[in-house]
Amino acid sequence: MDALDLARWQFGVTTVYHFLFVPLTIGLGVYVAGLQTAWHLTGKEHYLRLTKFFGKLFLINFAMGVVTGIVQEFQFGMNWSEYSTFVGDVFGAPLALEALLAFFLESTFLGLWIFGWDRLPKRVHLACLWAAVIGSNLSAYFILAANAWMKHPVGYEVVDGRARMTDLWAVLTNSTALAQVPHVVAASFVVAGGFVIAVAGYRILRERGLGLRPGRPARTAAGDATTPMRRLPDMWRTSLRAALVMTAIAGAVVAGSGDLSGQLLREQQPMKLAAAEGLRHDTAGAPFSIAPGVEVPGLLSLLAAHDPGATVQGVDDIQARYEKTFGPADYTPNLPVVFWSFRVMIGFGMATVGLSVLGLWLTRRPRRRHGGMAKPVPDWFARLCVLALPLPAIAIISGWLLSEIGRQPWTVQGELMTAASVSPGVSLGEVAITLAIFTVLYGLLAVAEGVLLVRHVKAGPELPPVESAPAGAVPARPDEARLTPTLMY
Amino acid sequence: MTTFWFIVIAFLWTGYFVLEGFDFGVGALLPLLSRSEADRKQVLGTIGPVWDGNEVWLITAIGAMFAAFPAWYSGLLSGFYLAVFLVIAGLVVRGVGLEWRGKVHSRREVALCDAGIVTGSVLPAFLWGAIFGNLLFGTALATVLGGALSLSVAVLHGAVFVALKTTGGVRARARRAALLAAVGAVPVALATLPSVPGKGPMWTLGTALLAAAALAAGVTLVWGRREGWAFTATATAIAATTATVFGVLWTAPLPGLTLAEAASAPYTLTVLTWIGLIALPGVIAYQAWTYWVFRKRLTAGVH
Ligand code: HDD
Ligand code: HEM
Ligand code: HEM
Repeated sequence: MDALDLARWQFGVTTVYHFLFVPLTIGLGVYVAGLQTAWHLTGKEHYLRLTKFFGKLFLINFAMGVVTGIVQEFQFGMNWSEYSTFVGDVFGAPLALEALLAFFLESTFLGLWIFGWDRLPKRVHLACLWAAVIGSNLSAYFILAANAWMKHPVGYEVVDGRARMTDLWAVLTNSTALAQVPHVVAASFVVAGGFVIAVAGYRILRERGLGLRPGRPARTAAGDATTPMRRLPDMWRTSLRAALVMTAIAGAVVAGSGDLSGQLLREQQPMKLAAAEGLRHDTAGAPFSIAPGVEVPGLLSLLAAHDPGATVQGVDDIQARYEKTFGPADYTPNLPVVFWSFRVMIGFGMATVGLSVLGLWLTRRPRRRHGGMAKPVPDWFARLCVLALPLPAIAIISGWLLSEIGRQPWTVQGELMTAASVSPGVSLGEVAITLAIFTVLYGLLAVAEGVLLVRHVKAGPELPPVESAPAGAVPARPDEARLTPTLMY
Repeated sequence: MTTFWFIVIAFLWTGYFVLEGFDFGVGALLPLLSRSEADRKQVLGTIGPVWDGNEVWLITAIGAMFAAFPAWYSGLLSGFYLAVFLVIAGLVVRGVGLEWRGKVHSRREVALCDAGIVTGSVLPAFLWGAIFGNLLFGTALATVLGGALSLSVAVLHGAVFVALKTTGGVRARARRAALLAAVGAVPVALATLPSVPGKGPMWTLGTALLAAAALAAGVTLVWGRREGWAFTATATAIAATTATVFGVLWTAPLPGLTLAEAASAPYTLTVLTWIGLIALPGVIAYQAWTYWVFRKRLTAGVH
């Protein structure tokens, strides 16, 4: 164990942690903005209830995305000073642009949205949310362009041992970035869609008085929103269907862009592709192994080159070639991790997408039949929905493990090794202390966030006004008054 | 170009210290200004809509340093490893405290959030001054004095801000807190003043004196209940102090490092300049609009 190992752990822990919250921010923000827009257009109050309900969940999560992101911004300089000095010229530019063009937009307009419910005209208030949401998605673009540069450096030259940018446009339109951005952003929509699907499924069960396990009634606490919500039977169905559509569409984009990423890997990061496949030697017509021993002939070549007969390079042969080019060293990443993370990403992620397609089919053709009532969501499917929470989250993290661990031992492919990136002046003890505190602090915050989210999901949205409310407390237009609390904060 | 980008970065840090300065002050004063939960909501309501946007000034300053002076960015952050770590740990607990406070249920949880807000405001407010004090002089005394200066001025600035943005009991207590903070800030400022001559370029002496004068003016103005002007004065004091610090750093941003060595290539600086010149005025405009939207004074119990 030396400072390098700990710095790597620190980076892995804090970045994976940051990325647990980021996808929800990206996807759920757009979902909430969509709900508020629907309310704006139709005036139907259940859209407003849903906006507030998911808006609150969004904000609980957003806080974590923000505070863990700050850590990331500093971490390159703290733990990876050699890396930062080497790449700052190129890599710093998208980070600076991200802060200037995206984070300002996001945080300023979100503040206006949270506190502006009764201070801004409705349209302006809605526009503020959209501005914030655009900021989130823009931030993803810039940070991913920076990350893509590490995998496939372009638009630079090395002068005096430092990378110097020669073409910003090339950095921002890196082929790797153009594949990665839609992939990660769409994957974030899968995660957020899955989150909504799970919440809606859970609420449907709860309002039917059912528990998560078949045959068990739900335990309902006093003050639970369950009973009055029966008056709005369509609300959860509406939000579920919207999320199913979002997940299914995003799933198609994820698959398409993932396919593109795979082909780019063949040219740009052959070692990662070979590791993901556990392919030892250069092979023509390479098979794809679904698990060790279960192989589909020619599929890997088909995926990687759209040609079942194409040659795919293998780990050992690439190792030999790299030794010739870069000198003797171990150029092979951790093979089992890369192999399995690839399968978990595709398997778990696509399972969620499958679930959403199934759900769309089950809830198809709403009205008309059933005497004008919407076709009910089957109990068993509502239970299945809950799985849509963990599956895509695990998939998206696995995607990053594939991407980052598969790139090792390089931080910048072909230019800078991880071992040469670390801060020389930072001691083992310093990294150990900060890693320990981060881990404990982050662990506590994760528990707190989980508790807060679960609590708010259980409590449900705000109640519609109950007839028996004390006379003095009922304003002239009870719905308006109750539904437009001054602060969502 | 190098000079220009140094000024841009100094400007971003100035924006950060002026804006986040009062956020820190408000957070640090939270328990002192409030007698009840309604008071606490009123106090925090003054920064609620804006603190996150203010924090992005720091993120932008750091990002711009990374892009324009990579060696400065990495040298500063790895050199002040533990101090910087404590700053960001503070920002983490402050951020979740502020965001979650309105979403928790029990009193104990609210108290935890408050503890996060107070710790996360005091810690960074002290540490930034300590880091820059140490950077400039390298002595333990300078570190402590720098920290004491930035913390006390932030508290003063925050108290003036609360006095400016509220009514009733909170406003009265904020005024008194501002005067008390001044009792701390003014001697520390006077103690740091003699260290400036001979350090940096001549004009830093001017900005240092301006900072001291603005601080004194701020105190007088709070005394006379001219909160708007007092806030302008404390903001000027912070801006002038930051200018002094960066004026001194101009010759050596880090011991043994010159700006020219730290700088990125002219190409990078040029493209960033164009984008910055277009984007930054827009950012300033919409942030100013936010302050305009939330310009009304807050009254306890009414949001
Ligand atoms: C819901 C999440 C999810 C799902 C369903 C998928 N992926 Fe993915 N994948 C990610 C989440 C993800 C990710 C977290 O977003 C990664 C990590 C870094 C990145 O660029 O995207 C990623 C990276 C990544 C890479 C490595 C890119 C690189 O490092 O340059 C490849 C080759 C694929 N994916 C391919 C696929 C294919 C062919 C999929 C399905 C047909 C697929 N992914 C589904
Ligand atoms: C712009 C975005 C990113 C950049 C610039 C980046 C950069 C880096 C760097 C410098 C390292 C250190 C080398 C090492 O530890 O081996 C690293 C490792 C790592 N990164 Fe990334 N990363 C980015 C995004 C992410 C994201 C979003 C995740 C996942 C959520 C991630 C997951 C990891 C993991 C797990 C490691 C540890 C790998 C190992 O130790 O073998 N990265 N990355
Ligand atoms: C490892 C490199 C990363 C760095 C340096 C970084 C930096 C940051 C920072 C500083 C924030 C807080 C902004 C604020 O206070 O408002 C943040 C939050 C966020 N980041 Fe990251 N990030 C990284 C990885 C990623 C990736 C890979 C994505 C997207 C795919 C992403 C997208 C976001 C989003 C959407 C948020 C939500 C909260 C917010 O922006 O305010 N980040 N990040």
